[in-house]
This record gives sequence, structure tokens and C-alpha cells, in this order.
Amino acid sequence: MVMNNDLILEISNLSKAFGPIQALRDVRFDLRKGEIHAIAGENGAGKSTLMNIIDGILRPDRGEIRFDGKLVDIASPAMAQRLGIGFVHQEIALCPDISVAENIFMATTNVSRAPLMNYAMLTRKAAEVLARLGDIDPTALVQSLSISQQQLVEIAKALTLDCRVLILDEPTAALTEKEAQILFDIMRNLVSQGISIIYISHRMVEIFDHCDRVSVFRDGQYIMTKDVADTTPTAIVNAMVGRVIDKLYPEKQGEDEKSGRVILSVRNLADQSRFSDISFDLREGEILGIGGLIGAGRSEIVKGVCKLDRQVTGDIVLNGRSLDTADYQQSIQEGIVYLSEDRKGEGLFLDMTIAENISALSLRQVSSSIGILNDGLETGLARRLGAMLNLKCGHVGEPVSNLSGGNQQKVALAKLLSVNPKVIFLDEPTRGVDVGAKSEIHRILRDLVRKGVGVVMISSELPELIGVCDRVLVVREGRISGELTGMDMTEENIMYLASVSDTHLEAAQ
Amino acid sequence: MTQDFKATVLDGKPAHASNRPLERVKKLFRMRETGLVLIILALFIAMSFASPYFLTWVNMRAMAMAFAVEGIVVVGMTILLISGGIDLSVGSVTALAMVIAGLLFLSGVDPWTASALAILACTAIGAIMGFFVTVVGLHHFIVSLAIMVIARGACLLGTGGRPIGLYTLPPEFKFIGQGSIGVIPVVIIIFLVVVIASDFMLRRTTLFRKVFYTGSNEKAAAYSGIRTKHVVFFTTTLCSALCGVAGIIYMARFGSAQPTFGIGMELNVIAAAVIGGASLSGGTGTILGAILGVILLSVVSSSLALLDVSVYWQDIIRGSILLSAVTIDHYLNKRRR
Repeated sequence: MVMNNDLILEISNLSKAFGPIQALRDVRFDLRKGEIHAIAGENGAGKSTLMNIIDGILRPDRGEIRFDGKLVDIASPAMAQRLGIGFVHQEIALCPDISVAENIFMATTNVSRAPLMNYAMLTRKAAEVLARLGDIDPTALVQSLSISQQQLVEIAKALTLDCRVLILDEPTAALTEKEAQILFDIMRNLVSQGISIIYISHRMVEIFDHCDRVSVFRDGQYIMTKDVADTTPTAIVNAMVGRVIDKLYPEKQGEDEKSGRVILSVRNLADQSRFSDISFDLREGEILGIGGLIGAGRSEIVKGVCKLDRQVTGDIVLNGRSLDTADYQQSIQEGIVYLSEDRKGEGLFLDMTIAENISALSLRQVSSSIGILNDGLETGLARRLGAMLNLKCGHVGEPVSNLSGGNQQKVALAKLLSVNPKVIFLDEPTRGVDVGAKSEIHRILRDLVRKGVGVVMISSELPELIGVCDRVLVVREGRISGELTGMDMTEENIMYLASVSDTHLEAAQ
Repeated sequence: MTQDFKATVLDGKPAHASNRPLERVKKLFRMRETGLVLIILALFIAMSFASPYFLTWVNMRAMAMAFAVEGIVVVGMTILLISGGIDLSVGSVTALAMVIAGLLFLSGVDPWTASALAILACTAIGAIMGFFVTVVGLHHFIVSLAIMVIARGACLLGTGGRPIGLYTLPPEFKFIGQGSIGVIPVVIIIFLVVVIASDFMLRRTTLFRKVFYTGSNEKAAAYSGIRTKHVVFFTTTLCSALCGVAGIIYMARFGSAQPTFGIGMELNVIAAAVIGGASLSGGTGTILGAILGVILLSVVSSSLALLDVSVYWQDIIRGSILLSAVTIDHYLNKRRR
């Protein structure tokens, strides 16, 4: 093999099996010095396994890893750290009860020989790192930060480790567009200092706007590596799924489907602090999108309509009838349901079976009048909804934790559909879902709308919002700052409404 | 023929139906209950060689009586654990039931009314704990720790710290704790009724399904429209009510009310439930498993006593069994995932 001085990391013939499952099969991968290299692949393609091997969390069964030209055996994360490999995991792993600064320097503190903590220095150094990332107080407790700020702290943590290779696993999943942009600037800056970045993302836009090369994996196998300049998003998506996806998004509402009949009407909805003056109509036949920055109050508004938050005032009219629901249980009975953005934390019962998950909202349907459960009805319901949503599983009696992200999301959706809802609110319905399942979910939403169900979808992913929705409301600082339809639904317009405040507008005029 | 094929596919049943009995056997062997039964059987066989008294009717009956009443408390604890709670006050509340019923009886109330009032009082204690957990928002552990101390204090206060003899209890009342129907002690019959009823309800009723949902993921349960606070309030109250029932049976059996009864009982009860598969983080557990857990602990105690092992050693051995059971389980779970 020719020695290549440009490569910081070189992997060849790497294999790894978990029991009978071959997670990686003879894959190769190389990373140049000072490049941003995107890794693309559906969930289960082997991306995480490969990254975990590079970070020393997993040991390969076979294969070679060369770091800076030398053959290495990365036996532990500590060793990966010594080599200069930093890994920012998708899941946030910070200690919530201690300060940002202490979290950032956890690893340094761990190897430090000084018997006492030097908090002043810790805070100062943390402030330096954080200054590059955003406005975060180093003395704040991590639990007081928003998810996106916590993500930035994770990145700050990796940056302090003097790494030469930085692995970022879907770092923008919880970030707003603005924060993501800051992250991309930081990435560019790091690369100019000679650091190499491995960037895992499902978002094609990010890959094509910010990465130099992209490698595609599928079913544990290496498929290809391309300069992003030489390929297209469609080509990458097709390589990822192994088949041709003709359209990324389903067709929108046709002209003839615009009945204009209002299904749900919300007037002057407000809670004490997070949002106020919320009024909107949901019409038959449309998918209504809600955009805005994370923390703008999107989820809170939707939870308010569903009465998941009880401290809400305002009028809700469903199909011409004024609703007086006191809690979410009553909303469900009226046919208003909510899909949480946090699938594992708030959406599913991971250690329970698929069937048990699906019937959680509809126990009455699967039991006798005195509350005795009927197994046959329960599995029947799960099978019927599973078939409708094209759920891929062995049988409905297996634990939902066995499923992939996309299929788990379908179970969460099936749970809501079991009650034949009239209006369904979805909060980030495709977060952490692979491309194939994502377009399936989009299609399901379109089908629901055609059947007369009202669909409202929150998404932080602008292309998704624009590609799927017929109309988009943008929320800023707890108020609806604008509504976009048709050709006006552009990323620029949404971002403008989401981030430019009225005072800015007045100043501009 | 085509019709049949279609039906099978639509049904979603596996086509290789011939493998199903084998699958079932395999599944049976993966179940924790099977492991517990095998361990208990092994103990039985070993003990029947080690001690001639072990496999006697008298000893069997004594062992069954020992775990039957505690088993009723274990049922309550298991359900509470499944919902994500825990109760350290079970021993004190059981004793309090005895003391309340005993004192009422001595003051002239008929024993049945006295018992009913005592069980009601225990239920009220459970409701108070439920209030502090669900409305105030405190942790089960702390609330029940406080109640454990308070209830014990109340027992000692009411009796002056001395056991109260209830020599005038009518025979028909003592029958609950001491009598037999045919050869089967009434205690065992009550125990079996509680076990079978609760096992059925836990597996088959919507009410108890909500207990599983709540314990498995309280947030997700709330986001499924389940009133999780009601569920936790219910399981907390139910556990204390069952302690009340157990206390009354003990009183009928001993013919006295003992204010110091049940010290350390919470450990045995929680250990039994956990050995039987209940998780302290909620969402899992079965009645059958918990009952096998309590049987295992009881057989071990009885065996050690027959082998003349010191009482102090018994505690050490019981603790070690709990630790090994949980450790083995932890590794088995890890491998499964």
C-alpha cells in the first residue's frame, strides 16, 4: 500500500459482528488532514459501529486502522483521546447538576494531579472556549440550559481536548438553523487549523453546503466516497437506500382538495409566560406546518391546544363546536392527539411490546366493558395499524426497543391513529428517522389529510417544512409572526420571520 | 387452498406452525420463573437428603404459613414497584393494623368491625403517602421512610411497647389465621385467592395495564392521556391496604397484637419482588415471579434453621441471595440486548 501523507486516518477491511448480525463487512474509509468528511447512511447502515470503533468504544473483529500513517489498535476511548480523536455523541451526556465549566473540563480534571479545584481558572478557560460557540454562561448549571445550548457545551468539551480528528454525530439535530450556522463556521475554522472532521448527518443540505467529501454506507457495507462537488443529493440518497427514490417529498394538496372547511379553530390562546395571542385555523385537506426557532414556543403552543399544559386560556373550536377540555385525556376523547418530539423519553414504552405500545391510547377498544383486556383484539389492532403504516417487525409481541428509529416512530404514530383522531399534532415527526422511513411518514401524513384528518406538523428542518406542508405558520418569541403559502414558503422567508424581531423591522423601515 | 394461504398471511401468523411448540418451550426456558422453580426444586432435593424433617407435612405447612401472609404484602409491593414506586413502611403498617384492631377489640368493638376499621386506617395511611408523592411531589422512598418511623411509633405508643394478648378473640375469628378447610390452612387459601386474583388483574385488566405504562415511562404514559398521578396514588394506597389485610391475618394467627412485629419485613418483601423480576425503576414485574421469590427466601430460611445455622448467618445469606439474583439478572438482560 502506498503511504499517503495526506491521510490522518485510514481504515481497511474492517469487520465487526454482534452475534449473528454482521454490523460491518470489510469496510474501508479514509480521512484527509483538514477536511470535513460526511458519513451518510440509513439507521443500521453501520455508521455508529464504525465511529464507535474509531473512538475505541468497540473493538473490530478484523481489519486495520492507521492513524497518521502508523498502524494502531484503539483499545479504549481514553486511548482514542490520547491519539487526538474527539467524539461528540448525538445523545447529550453531561452532568446536569454541575456547572458548564466543570462539565467542559471533566476529562482534564480527571487526569489532573492537582489536589484542589481551581474554579477561577476553570471558568476563565471555559469562557474562552464558549466565546467561540455562543452566549453561554460557564458558571450556569447544565440543567438550566436548553437542549441546543447543551449540545454546544458537548462540542466545547471536545474542542478542549486538543483533537486532530473530531467526530460529530448529528450535531445539528437539536440546533436551530442559526446555531447550526455558527457550528459550521466553527467547523471551518477548526479545519483551517488542520483538524479533520467526520460529520454524520441525515440532512443532505448540510452535507452539500459544508462538507468536502462524503462516504456512503449501507447494510454494514462501504458503498462509495465522492467529492461533494462531483455528486448530487439524489445520487447520495439513492446510494444510501440502494434504490431510486424518485421524489423526496409526496405531492402537495391539489387545487381540487382545497375545500376551505375549517376543522380546528384556535383563538387567543395564551399561557402565563411562554406564548400569547395565538390564533389560527386548520383547514380540511392541508398539512399545516409550524416553523420557528427552538425555544420560540412551538411545542408549548401545540401542547397547549392539546391541554397537555393545563394553564392555558383561549378558545378552541373543533368542527364548529366549542371545546371545553380540561386535560389531555379529554382532548384525546375529542379526537385531538399529540406526537412528542422526544420519542424515547415521552413517546414510547421501550421495554413493552409493540402491541402494548399501540393500544396505550385505546385500551377501551381492546377490552371488554368491565375492563378485561382481550389479547386477540389487541394484537389485531396492532397488526392492522402496523400493516397500514408498513411497519417492519417480526411480530407485534416483540419489544418496541428492538425496532429501528423509523419503525419506532411508526409505532408512536400507530398509537395515535388507534383512536381515529380528528386532528393530529406532530412535533418533529421525522427526527432521528432514516431517509426511507422519513419519506414513508410524509406519505402517511398526506394520506391522513386526504382522509379528512387535520394534520399539524412542527419541524426544525426547513426543507421538510417546505417540502411537506401546504401552509406554514412561523412562531417567534411565543407569537405567530407570519404565515406563508405556495411560492412564499422559502427557507429565507421562514428564517426571516423566525428570527427578525419587530423592532428590527421598524428600524429597517 | 388459496383461501387458506391468504388467511394465514392476513393473520400474520408464522407459516412454520410446526415449530411453535418448540418455540414455546424455548421461551419457557428463557423465563425467569422457570429458573426460580428449578432453584427451588434443587433446594428441595438437596434438603430432603440433608434433613429428615424437611420433607414432612409439618415442615411444609409451617413454611407455607410463613410465606403466605408475607406473600400478600409482596403482591402489593410488586404492583407498587411496577408503577415505579417503593414502600419501606410495609412492616410498620402491618404491625399497626394489628395494634389498631387489637386495641379496638379490647375496648369492646367486635373483632370483624375492628379489623375492617384497621384495614381502612392502613388504606388511609397509603392515601396519605399517595398524597405526598403525587400532589406534593416527594419521592416514595422518603415519604415511606417517614411513615415507617411514624407508624412504628404509633404502634409503640398505643401499646406501651408491649404485645397485647387477645385471649378472648372468638374462635371463628381465629379460624382465619389458625383454621383449616380440609387439610389446607385458611391462610393459604386467602393467599392463593389474592395471588390468583392479582395475577389475573395485572395481566388482563386495563386498570393494571395503566400501572405498567406509568412505571415503564411516566412521561409517555401522561402523553398517552393516562392520569399517571391517579395510578401512582392507587398503587401506593393498595400496597398499604394489603399490609392491613396481612396484619389482621397475623393477629388472628398469633392471637395477639405485637407492636414490634415486621421490623425488617420491607427488605424481605422488596427482595422477593426483585428476585421475582420486579425492577426498582418500574415497568416490569410479575406476581408469579414475586411469589416464587418469597417462596425461595422462605425455603432458604427454613433450610438454614433445620441445619442449625445461626440466625445471624441467615441474614447474611439472604442478603447474598438477593445480590446474586440481581447480578445474574443484570447480566442476562445485558446479553439479551
